[in-house]
Amino acid sequence: MATQGSYYVPEQSKLPLFASLGMFLTVFGAAGWINGSESGMTVFFAGALVLASVMWTWFSTVIKENLAGLNNDQLKRSYVWGMGWFIFSEVMFFAAFFGALFYLRQFAVPWLAGEGHSAMTNELLWKGFENEWPLLTTPEQVREGEAAARFIGAHEPMGWAGLPLINTIILLTSSFTVHFAHTALKNANRKMFNIWLGATVALGIAFLILQVEEYVHAYEELGLTLNAGVYGTTFFMLTGFHGAHVTLGTFMLLVMWLRGLKGHFKHDDAFGFEAASWYWHFVDVVWVGLFIFVYILGS
Amino acid sequence: MAHGPAKGISRWLFTTNHKDIGTMYMWFSFAMFLLGGAFAMVIRAELFQPGMQLVEPEFFNQMTTMHGLVMVFGAIMPAFVGLANWMIPLMIGAPDMALPRMNNWSFWILPFAFLMLASTFFMEGGAPNFGWTFYAPLSTTYAPPSVTFFIFAVHIMGASSIMGSINIIATVLNMRAPGMTLMKMPLFVWTWLITAFLLVAVMPVLAGAVTMMLMDIHFGTSFFDAAGGGDPVLFQHVFWFFGHPEVYIIILPGFGVVSQVIPAFSRKPLFGYSSMVYATASIAFLSFIVWAHHMFTVGMPLAGELYFMYATMLIAVPTGVKVFNWITTMWRGSMTFETPMLFAIAFVILFTMGGFTGLMLGIAPSDIQYHDSYFVVAHFHYTMVAGAIFSLTAGIYYWLPKWTGKMYNETLGKTQFWIAFIGFNLTFFPQHFVGLAGMQRRVPDYALQFADFNMLSSIGAFMFGMSQLMLLFNVINTILAGKRAEKDKVWDGAEGLEWTVPSPAPYHTFSTPPQVK
Repeated sequence: MATQGSYYVPEQSKLPLFASLGMFLTVFGAAGWINGSESGMTVFFAGALVLASVMWTWFSTVIKENLAGLNNDQLKRSYVWGMGWFIFSEVMFFAAFFGALFYLRQFAVPWLAGEGHSAMTNELLWKGFENEWPLLTTPEQVREGEAAARFIGAHEPMGWAGLPLINTIILLTSSFTVHFAHTALKNANRKMFNIWLGATVALGIAFLILQVEEYVHAYEELGLTLNAGVYGTTFFMLTGFHGAHVTLGTFMLLVMWLRGLKGHFKHDDAFGFEAASWYWHFVDVVWVGLFIFVYILGS
Repeated sequence: MAHGPAKGISRWLFTTNHKDIGTMYMWFSFAMFLLGGAFAMVIRAELFQPGMQLVEPEFFNQMTTMHGLVMVFGAIMPAFVGLANWMIPLMIGAPDMALPRMNNWSFWILPFAFLMLASTFFMEGGAPNFGWTFYAPLSTTYAPPSVTFFIFAVHIMGASSIMGSINIIATVLNMRAPGMTLMKMPLFVWTWLITAFLLVAVMPVLAGAVTMMLMDIHFGTSFFDAAGGGDPVLFQHVFWFFGHPEVYIIILPGFGVVSQVIPAFSRKPLFGYSSMVYATASIAFLSFIVWAHHMFTVGMPLAGELYFMYATMLIAVPTGVKVFNWITTMWRGSMTFETPMLFAIAFVILFTMGGFTGLMLGIAPSDIQYHDSYFVVAHFHYTMVAGAIFSLTAGIYYWLPKWTGKMYNETLGKTQFWIAFIGFNLTFFPQHFVGLAGMQRRVPDYALQFADFNMLSSIGAFMFGMSQLMLLFNVINTILAGKRAEKDKVWDGAEGLEWTVPSPAPYHTFSTPPQVK
């Protein structure tokens, strides 16, 4: 609980207002861009630039405050709580998409095929549609035929044994390397810290490159696209959203690696690195869920 | 840190002070309350008589949609966050919120988000018109182009809520003064801690729902489109997994306020403090497992209907615990009836009625009759207006002397209460009857037999709207010309650390934590 009277309450700051402005421009521009407005893209990038530079300044400020010794133990606990609950909110974000996958697979597709109480749905609306997962023939394909359908299923599902398995191994390994980096830091072994953390970043980048290759394979050889009905929908939503998180996590670890090279972090004071590593473990655990439910059980 | 507020506008733009940020949340939410209220007035003016008089049906749809969105996300939620910002550090003896800069970020996102939402009125195809629950495919296949802006507005509102909640959790768990154990915390702090947990858990699910909409609309996916194997009902499941906890997010802080006000004016400690804490936690837990009672008519399997019905019934138990505790707190207390107490008592009575109609709606076979009728509208306005708005008003009158150092005009406050009370009941009580008789919600016209009740409803709505202008006047009048509040402890029956600091509360309080016995 409280240490006496030394909790650091920062002075006035321009950062929050400009961060809000940057966030607003980013999403306003993105919405305009998607809707086909000419200036949308410009506004989006302007906003992203504002947001990125505010973030840069904000994190620099926090780091300087810590180096200046303003952060007492209690404040550091606030940061720990903050990161912990942020990760929890991310878990719930993924839960929405996993929930959608389970619902579509267990309920929606079987019902369209006439199971349960839905015999007439199938008979009257989607006659001939059959329950299968992965869903390779969409209800529309059955009813309208290949030529007229907007949603055309993949020729074959994404297997789990090739690239996905390699990516699983890469990501699991990276969870170990980041842990070794942490141990090295705690033992004040800076050289090994830099090496293990650098290895983690490299593994993160390798994962992303292979995922791009997997997507190319899906689009060009499997016919597995965003338009491929609910199999493609859930596949790309889950793996894409996860991929975005790997990108962010890799970027966070990269920043921590550069900070480590600059001599930041002490063996007992390394919240920035620890937060990034928790995030990385979280991304890793989500991947295990994906590998099981999207790849192994999904193909 | 030992300095006063900065001069001029920069005090507000760049502040890190929980009191400034709380004040900005309160004013922002009141502005949104007036905006959402204006939309409600358009609705009630159109429904004053049967037939189409004032607006096009298309615009009426935009009004019902934006009224709901603005009231839920722009008025009620930020108002309670404003109270949390002001009161939680004062109540637990903390120098400020745990993460003061992020606190200001949470706030400043909101004006931008609502600017974006409001700008949709001026876009091609108009503002969102698919109801505040934005069910697919109305919000996907048949939505106006402005839906994209709506989606991103929801995204950044969600970011604001999540950051605000994380801040509240970190503050409550990490910033309590020595001796302020969890089970000594004022109930308002407890209810907000639990609310913040609900927010962190479900706002991301809402973000997931709108993200899936975005993908379906613009990127060819088929989450909610049966042609690709999807299901519009999936949208409702995801939405209500967020939406049901959301209604407790809206009401739990109100429970907290009322649990502060009733003991103060009954001059007795809150009856059954720990049972109140456990009841709040139980309600929060149950809120996660009852969502599909909003969807009894979508054709769920029987097992689903039964499960969601029985689980919903369970909520009556902890809610009953709370209502009985409030009543028992008043029992044989030396009660006085200042304005905050009037609003708090009205809250207990009217919210209980909203709870009972909720019980009726929770019974699956009968819900099929009431579904999407004005009975539902009456039900949730009893919980949201008489619940959230009345408890907020109670809180504003209760703490206003602490915030401003001045007393509000009691006569005006009581007058406002009676006009609000009568206006509210006149508006919404008849809606139970027209709903049971078959009048559908969200439709700009109605059958002739509902004319009299609708006219009463509209008159009541304008009364209620006027009473809110009286609140605004009373608050401004207090700030400009109120009598000085003589004591730190403005109400003689009030308890808690917030009454140990001067009135008005200094810019920085508890820089050295107090010792709580």
